[in-house]
Amino acid sequence: MSSEIDRTGTPLVEMRNMRKAFGGIHAVDNVTIDLYPGEVVGVLGHNGAGKSVLMKMLSGALPRDSGEIYVNGEKAEINNPRDARNYQIETIYQYLALADNLDAAANLFLGRELTTPLGFVDDAKMEAETRKIMGRLTPNFRRFNTPVAGLSGGQRQSVAISRAVYFNAKILIMDEPTAALGVEETRMVAELIDELKKRGIGILLIDHDIHQVKALCDRASVMKNGKLVGTVEVDKVSEDDLLGMIILGKKPEMAA
Amino acid sequence: MSDSTDSVSEPTRSTKRNLLATLEIDTRLLGMIGAFIVVCLVFNFLTDGRFLTPRNIFNLTIQTVSVALMATGMVFVIVTRNIDLSVGSLLATCSAIMAMMQTVVLPDWMGLGLEHPLIAPMAILTGILAGAIIGAFHGWLIGYLTIPAFIVTLGGLFVWRNVAWHLTNGQTIGPLDSNFQLLGGINGTLGETWSWVFGALAVIATLYALIAARRSKVRHEFQVKPVWAEVVIGGIATVAILGFVAILNAYEIPSRRLERSFEDRGLTMPEGFTAGYGIPYSVVLLIVVAIIMIVLARRTRLGRYIFAAGGNPEAAELSGIRTRALTVKVFMIMGILCAISAVVASARLTFHTNDIGTLDELRVIAAAVIGGTALSGGVGTIYGAILGALIMQSLQSGMAMVGVDAPYQNIVVGIVLVLAVYVDILYRKRTGS
Ligand SMILES: Nc1ncnc2c1ncn2[C@@H]1O[C@H](COP(=O)(O)OP(=O)(O)OP(=O)(O)O)[C@@H](O)[C@H]1O
Ligand SMILES: [Mg+2]
Repeated sequence: MSSEIDRTGTPLVEMRNMRKAFGGIHAVDNVTIDLYPGEVVGVLGHNGAGKSVLMKMLSGALPRDSGEIYVNGEKAEINNPRDARNYQIETIYQYLALADNLDAAANLFLGRELTTPLGFVDDAKMEAETRKIMGRLTPNFRRFNTPVAGLSGGQRQSVAISRAVYFNAKILIMDEPTAALGVEETRMVAELIDELKKRGIGILLIDHDIHQVKALCDRASVMKNGKLVGTVEVDKVSEDDLLGMIILGKKPEMAA
Repeated sequence: MSDSTDSVSEPTRSTKRNLLATLEIDTRLLGMIGAFIVVCLVFNFLTDGRFLTPRNIFNLTIQTVSVALMATGMVFVIVTRNIDLSVGSLLATCSAIMAMMQTVVLPDWMGLGLEHPLIAPMAILTGILAGAIIGAFHGWLIGYLTIPAFIVTLGGLFVWRNVAWHLTNGQTIGPLDSNFQLLGGINGTLGETWSWVFGALAVIATLYALIAARRSKVRHEFQVKPVWAEVVIGGIATVAILGFVAILNAYEIPSRRLERSFEDRGLTMPEGFTAGYGIPYSVVLLIVVAIIMIVLARRTRLGRYIFAAGGNPEAAELSGIRTRALTVKVFMIMGILCAISAVVASARLTFHTNDIGTLDELRVIAAAVIGGTALSGGVGTIYGAILGALIMQSLQSGMAMVGVDAPYQNIVVGIVLVLAVYVDILYRKRTGS
């Protein structure tokens, strides 16, 4: 990305010395990464490198063994998904976290339902809002009243993305958001990422497609076997450099 | 939840489907009502018209209430991928507690004396409290200690049946307080006039709900069904409600009983005087509980979370839903319903017995499952479970009237249960829901 990110101020998020082990496996081992407003940081690594586990600790889905999280320079207590939402951290999970038996609106507002003055869930209002927000992402989407089990992978993904956008995420975690998508939908997600970036939202993007990472991200943090290999500005390294970091765990010389 | 908008084009059936689609009627519900009507007609034929008399319909409804009440709670339990095998035993414990309250604790220990007007409400409140606490305790074991619901409630099945035995020293306790007995069925009914009032209110409420739903859709500029479709649905509902009232009103109180009630008040019965029973209080209770449960399921966050957690527990958790607390709430609701059901069951018998509610857990689960609740979780309706209870009770009563022995009745009920689930599986495959 050509746009220069100002990294002199306080980062939007900083995760310091994060650790998580499952039994004997160090899934995440002393990893420190940060993210600035309007920045997209790619989190790369081979399968099982620990990317999802690192992100889940930020989104409150997994408790961390040790490490500290700072949001806007202040220490954040994130122990469950509700805490993360309070810090306006929204997550699009790798394995789509949707309730298959509910419709798009019910999923989009799950846990944060709009209610009538009497406290009952306001399905009509939620459906209307869902139609508005999803209309931008997937204009052809019509199946608002069917359980999401009947939707395509891309349609399901757009429900998850709409949810993050609707609730004004400041920090957006996207764990392989385009893995289930076709060419057209992938392009739309890329456009959306650009738009969110312009609004000053910070995005952590997990993606295996190096080409896409080069196109979408400002920086890339590479993990291998739970450890951080390094963080580089994608414009200053080649695709081969990135591949070398992922596969060999070797940091290119010139990158700071 | 209709998939009909995307239905595959099948030329021969398309018109029929379109009609149903326009009316937006749940075809599954329609199938169940159809099955129920067939059962009624067949038994009516086999009994030379004795099955569909006001008297038998009246009896059928009061026999269904106890299981139907618990079945509404079992829907939530099964929707969240749990099971409750202890409901029959829990019913017995609640019934024992309420019986002891009425006959010993309140009249003797508290010195109120028998038949004091406070006895029935206080006994019922105690029973409901006990049900809520025991249910919540089950939920805590399941949700927080992560012991499988099957095991917790299997244990509960043994424990609560015998706690009931312990509380009453194994004795039959009765007769129960006469106000309490009003909730049993035939001992407490609205009478003809109030039944009509109740029916009229029900019609007004139904029509209001239809209009309000339509208004809300129009306000948000959603597609609405044609006005004639709304009118047809409103008309069917009105006829069904008023027809039900008319039938229950047509069941006449025996003249000897009427005479006695006149004598009790120091009057003599006028020549040719008749009066119908009308709607039993227990049925009013079931209707009120059903409405509360339906509102809970569809219009509250609690209900939304119950279905979300059943559909995908992980997604629910990631969305910030406290799924463990949810389990406690679901089982607490089940416990409260067991207590309410215990009121109806013991009031109907007019005393508490050791074996009250025996095997009810199986009837309740069967009612919920026949009513379309999927054991895999996430799917089920309250009205379906009530209809399921009604179908089971009709089968059983019908066979009894025809003269089928109890063991054969159970064989048939068992087969019907398995068959109903198989038909449901086929239905879901075809509609892709
Ligand atoms: N809940 C869990 N229990 C036990 N081990 C886990 C759990 N979640 C992840 N792991 C382990 O932690 C390691 C890192 O997993 P993680 O899901 O973070 O990989 P990843 O980098 O996201 O891989 P992928 O690209 O395949 O998604 C793996 O060895 C995995 O087996
Ligand atoms: Mg992953």
